[in-house]
Amino acid sequence: MNYNWNWGIFFQPNPMGTGTYLDMLLAGLALTLKTAALAWVIALITGSIVGVMRTLPSKGAYWFGFAYVEFFRNMPLLVQLFLWFFVLPEILPKAAGLWLKQLPNAPFWTAAIGVGLFMSARVAVQLQAGIGSLPRGQKMAATALGLTTVQGYRYVLLPMAFRIILPPLTSEFLNTIKNTAVAITIGLLELTGQARSMQEFSFQVFEAFTAATILYLLVNAVVVTAMRFLERWVAIPGYITGK
Amino acid sequence: MLGSFDFDVIRRALPYLFYEGMTFTLTLTALAALGGLVFGTALALMRLSGLKLLGRIAGLYVDFMRSLPLVLVIFWFYFLVPYIGQWLTGASRPISVGAFASSLITFIMFEAAYFSEIMRAGIQSISRGQPAAASALGLTYAQTMRYVVLPQAFRNMLPVLITQTIVLFQDTSLVYVLSITDFLGAASKVAQRDGRLVEMYLFAAVVYFTISCIASFGVRRLQARIAIIR
Amino acid sequence: MIEISHVDKWYSPTFQVLTDCTTSVAKGEVVVVCGPSGSGKSTLIKCVNALEPFQKGDISIDGIKVNDPKTDLPKLRSRVGMVFQHFELFPHLKIIDNLCLAQEKVLGRAHDKAVTKGMQLLERVGLKEHAQKFPAQLSGGQQQRVAIARALAMDPIAMLFDEPTSALDPEMISEVLDVMVDLAREGMTMMVVTHEMGFARKVANRVIFMDRGEIVEDAAKDDFFGKPRSDRAQKFLSKILSH
Repeated sequence: MNYNWNWGIFFQPNPMGTGTYLDMLLAGLALTLKTAALAWVIALITGSIVGVMRTLPSKGAYWFGFAYVEFFRNMPLLVQLFLWFFVLPEILPKAAGLWLKQLPNAPFWTAAIGVGLFMSARVAVQLQAGIGSLPRGQKMAATALGLTTVQGYRYVLLPMAFRIILPPLTSEFLNTIKNTAVAITIGLLELTGQARSMQEFSFQVFEAFTAATILYLLVNAVVVTAMRFLERWVAIPGYITGK
Repeated sequence: MLGSFDFDVIRRALPYLFYEGMTFTLTLTALAALGGLVFGTALALMRLSGLKLLGRIAGLYVDFMRSLPLVLVIFWFYFLVPYIGQWLTGASRPISVGAFASSLITFIMFEAAYFSEIMRAGIQSISRGQPAAASALGLTYAQTMRYVVLPQAFRNMLPVLITQTIVLFQDTSLVYVLSITDFLGAASKVAQRDGRLVEMYLFAAVVYFTISCIASFGVRRLQARIAIIR
Repeated sequence: MIEISHVDKWYSPTFQVLTDCTTSVAKGEVVVVCGPSGSGKSTLIKCVNALEPFQKGDISIDGIKVNDPKTDLPKLRSRVGMVFQHFELFPHLKIIDNLCLAQEKVLGRAHDKAVTKGMQLLERVGLKEHAQKFPAQLSGGQQQRVAIARALAMDPIAMLFDEPTSALDPEMISEVLDVMVDLAREGMTMMVVTHEMGFARKVANRVIFMDRGEIVEDAAKDDFFGKPRSDRAQKFLSKILSH
């Protein structure tokens, strides 16, 4: 392979004047984590609401949940980001559209909300399955004790359902982190974006991508380890989760 | 506002969008699904082979691929494949392989990691008695896999495999980052040329949505039928 | 106390599960409901506290109509204790917290009062030392005794038992029945779906026999065991008493 390796490149100053190339990548990593964190909060909250709606006896709630999930699941994330970023400001009333366009950090907010909503559909599906996997008698027992529907979900169904779906939620969280890379297309300089610009400036393509790869692997390892601890922490003595 | 929505832009772009763009997208999806399934099944068999080293290698590969964003993997292969080609053929310079081949290799390698997890679950879902019965009849390991285990695993997992293919279909839109003319790339090129972002992106969204919806509806029908057959 | 009059329930016009069921349970009375599986006895008892809806007829508890949309169902249910076939303890809560949850959330009792009450009842069912354990760490018989204590913690005016011993290993049945016998002797109003005819003989005032969604026989205990009027009840009795 006649490629000129130059691992020292990371410690050379980047052309942006923001320090070395390594600083550039780390700034990208920070933005990846920030975007993913906000997206995950959005995904968890809206996904939980929609997931619960899909388990309620009300037909209306069920169909809303169904339509919501289908809407966000059947379009590529990239297309969804384009819709929020390019299309939404144009079809809103003029003033609102203008305000959106002038928003500082528009790529960041679009990415966080876009990825968050995209992932919320998946969280909803997981939670629905988690609640569905509980014995029917649990809901009945809660009801028979006089708990209202809200109390039944809050104190009985959700604490168990979330414990059961913790492993798949871990993968969805990792997916959220990975999916923020799609926002490179709307100009978000997250980790992959920074690796790409490092490659364009320095032509050291493989060093740049190797570094980004290692950073993604590290993030994965940290998240997986943290979630293992969380799983152990919330585990119930004597109760065997999983199938 | 929607009052100025110009359907004619879409109408004029239709041949380009579908003949160029959608053809690329669908061909890439089909070939990548096929290649990914074959390679993925091989990975799954390696992991379940009982040979420690082989299983370890396959496991590492799967975990590695599943840890990375697809966009980064697309960039990786886009730059790496010419060098691999050079190394394989002994040429003096990196070989240019073209956008389609580069994306196809990327998606096969990437999707194989996901397909392998599905096939692994499928193989494990088959009762242990099945391979035992096959061996008792005198079938070799390869024959057992080929005629007894894999067909059942494949059939049980068919809905999940198709669902993953729908995801793959949507994911191929990410070749946008290489400025390739897939369906979304074509829509985007027309959008920029005519300054008609709203029309083109909305139309692209509707097309992706319709195709994915129909396909996932089909999966649900299939799932119901398989459930009955069992 | 419990008035059931002309109750019909169906899932579809061709699938009737309860047909014109009429009976009552007076204050302090113990009524055993028996019958072959699929006879609708579990459905009937679940209709009493509106865990299952029914299409025709009326059920009232202590003069309050269960099927009146204006009835505050959670409040009504909190006054009627229910014990399920599969215990339905909440697996993520310690035994004592299982007893406290509804006391606090439904009745609004202070935590320490709820704990005191819970511990008294655990002592009564002989499980005080297990208060800090989780349900999965207890045997089936112990779990069912906890479930009875959980229902009693709400100071119910009546208790419903839905096959409380059917899911238990044979050697654990008596420990649960002993608790129920004590309860009956103390004058608790009880409606019990069970096949345990020994229990019926010991404490029941009346026995109801159901078959195919209908109440076939509703007689005082001695009449029922002495000379059941219907063929179906005779056959059923000879089957379960022959072993």
